[in-house]
Amino acid sequence: MISIKGLSKVFKTKHQEVKAVDDVSINIDKGEIFGVIGYSGAGKSTFIRLINRLEEPTNGDVTINQTNITSLNIGKLRKERQKIGMIFQHFNLLWSRTVFENIAFPLEIAGVSKSERKEKVSELIELVGLKGRENSYPSQLSGGQKQRVGIARALANDPDVLLCDEATSALDPETTDDILDLLVSINKKLNLTIIMITHEMHVIQKICHRVAVMDQGKVVEQGDVLDVFVKPQSKTAKRFVQQLSPLEHNQEGLHRFVTNDSNSEVVKLHFIGNDAKRALISDVLRKYVVDINILQGSISPTQEGAYGTLYVEISGDQKVITETINYIQSSGVEVEVIQDVD
Amino acid sequence: MLTDLFPNVQMDEMWTATYETLYMTIISVIGTLILGILLGLLLFLTEKGNLWQNKLLNGVTATVVNVFRAIPFIILILLLFPFTDFLMGTIRGPKAALPALIIGAAPFYARLVEIAFKEVDKGVIEAAKSMGAKTRTIIFKVLLPESMPALISGITVTAIALISYTAMAGVIGAGGLGDLAYLKGFQRRDIDVVVACTIFIVVIVFIFQFIGDFLSKTLDKR
Ligand SMILES: Nc1ncnc2c1ncn2[C@@H]1O[C@H](COP(=O)(O)OP(=O)(O)OP(=O)(O)O)[C@@H](O)[C@H]1O
Ligand SMILES: [Mg+2]
Repeated sequence: MISIKGLSKVFKTKHQEVKAVDDVSINIDKGEIFGVIGYSGAGKSTFIRLINRLEEPTNGDVTINQTNITSLNIGKLRKERQKIGMIFQHFNLLWSRTVFENIAFPLEIAGVSKSERKEKVSELIELVGLKGRENSYPSQLSGGQKQRVGIARALANDPDVLLCDEATSALDPETTDDILDLLVSINKKLNLTIIMITHEMHVIQKICHRVAVMDQGKVVEQGDVLDVFVKPQSKTAKRFVQQLSPLEHNQEGLHRFVTNDSNSEVVKLHFIGNDAKRALISDVLRKYVVDINILQGSISPTQEGAYGTLYVEISGDQKVITETINYIQSSGVEVEVIQDVD
Repeated sequence: MLTDLFPNVQMDEMWTATYETLYMTIISVIGTLILGILLGLLLFLTEKGNLWQNKLLNGVTATVVNVFRAIPFIILILLLFPFTDFLMGTIRGPKAALPALIIGAAPFYARLVEIAFKEVDKGVIEAAKSMGAKTRTIIFKVLLPESMPALISGITVTAIALISYTAMAGVIGAGGLGDLAYLKGFQRRDIDVVVACTIFIVVIVFIFQFIGDFLSKTLDKR
């Protein structure tokens, strides 16, 4: 539905050229929540602003629903922008307008009649859970409520796409979760495609289906959220995954269990999707004569199912251990034998 | 009692002069508002990174504004005599003061307008753009309403400057309280007339200040 090809943006300043976005190609399906994660200065904001041409691309194409955004003239672009909602880190509401008037603003721009505006705004206020606050001014709202107004405003003209630039970065964790839940419910209810920019991995984990990892303007990795979580390839992705669940990647505590003794192995098990729900350990113990000592583990829910990691020590006869590991592997769970590193 | 303190003050003269001062002030405030906002918009929009980014136009507008702001008002009146004569058909009376008042105050107000627009959150302008707003919509529905308190406190300051300009214009025969104070008061050594005119002017200034503060405060929902 959204196809981005070879998108680049070079900022030329007096002293230097900054390649803020460097040859990015991404395809996004209808109804998908697509995350873009990266550290500060990675070019995420520039990237999302290129999509609705708040920033003019230096190179490349953006196509939304077969419309090539990059080649539109300004008049057509304005029409097209009405179908691309956008929400912002700092909400960007008009302080001089009430909640109702803020949400009505894009409808005024689109030339919707007054009575239709009224109807649509009431609907949206209901949708984002702000009933009763219609006549409040933004200064009278909390951050979370402001972002709800921002979301309602972005949805006013029934857009095909919602662009979110750090939409939760100014909110506390609790409110962030509320807003993310709201976005997911809107995504499901309206089958709305969402592009979500963030520097917080748990935002990706909680709501995204697929993710692209950006570093210095380039997409260094992209794929299903679950895959990136379980097997991050790039250094940047690894750092992000690690930041989310430090415990899972902290193997230091395990070292005293890792020995050269061939009758005991420490293994890391990866459960992905539905595997995470299985009673694998009891299954194994029923089949093989081994002892299993659980060392540490965690489970992380994502939009595409849960994934978990479990470190266990398997002890018993060397041959049986090998058989056990093969069995676990054949049942679809990934196994990694931890070797003594030093 | 009052007639003892102000033996030479004639109330009908006072009221006529007050009317003339108010006439000059109100019309010139309206003129300044329009011209100042237009100039301020031009200054703002042609700035680097804004909607009509244009170095040349910005430079020309800024120069015109700066030059007119630099000319002392009393000299501006003299300079504008031919222009006033042509435009108004006279160089005497309250009407004749209007071109000088407006041209004197508008550049000053234009700078205040420009500052007010600069204070408008860039993010909000960007949000409007992302919704597909035309430049006209951005001007009328974002820039002007979002800067309204600053525009109003700016015009209040300017209006008060204009009241004192009208008094100066009075000296060259524009009428109003300044004229009265000078002709009937100063030249005839009737100091009570000067004092009475001063009191009237101060009251007018206070009223303008009060209205301006009130409006600016009521409209500010931040
Ligand atoms: N208008 C501009 N002119 C020059 N350089 C710019 C401009 N906008 C962004 N840049 C540069 O482009 C790079 C990417 O910036 P961008 O704002 O897209 O990063 P980001 O990933 O959104 O970072 P953050 O997480 O801090 O918001 C930075 O090096 C920045 O300095
Ligand atoms: Mg950013």
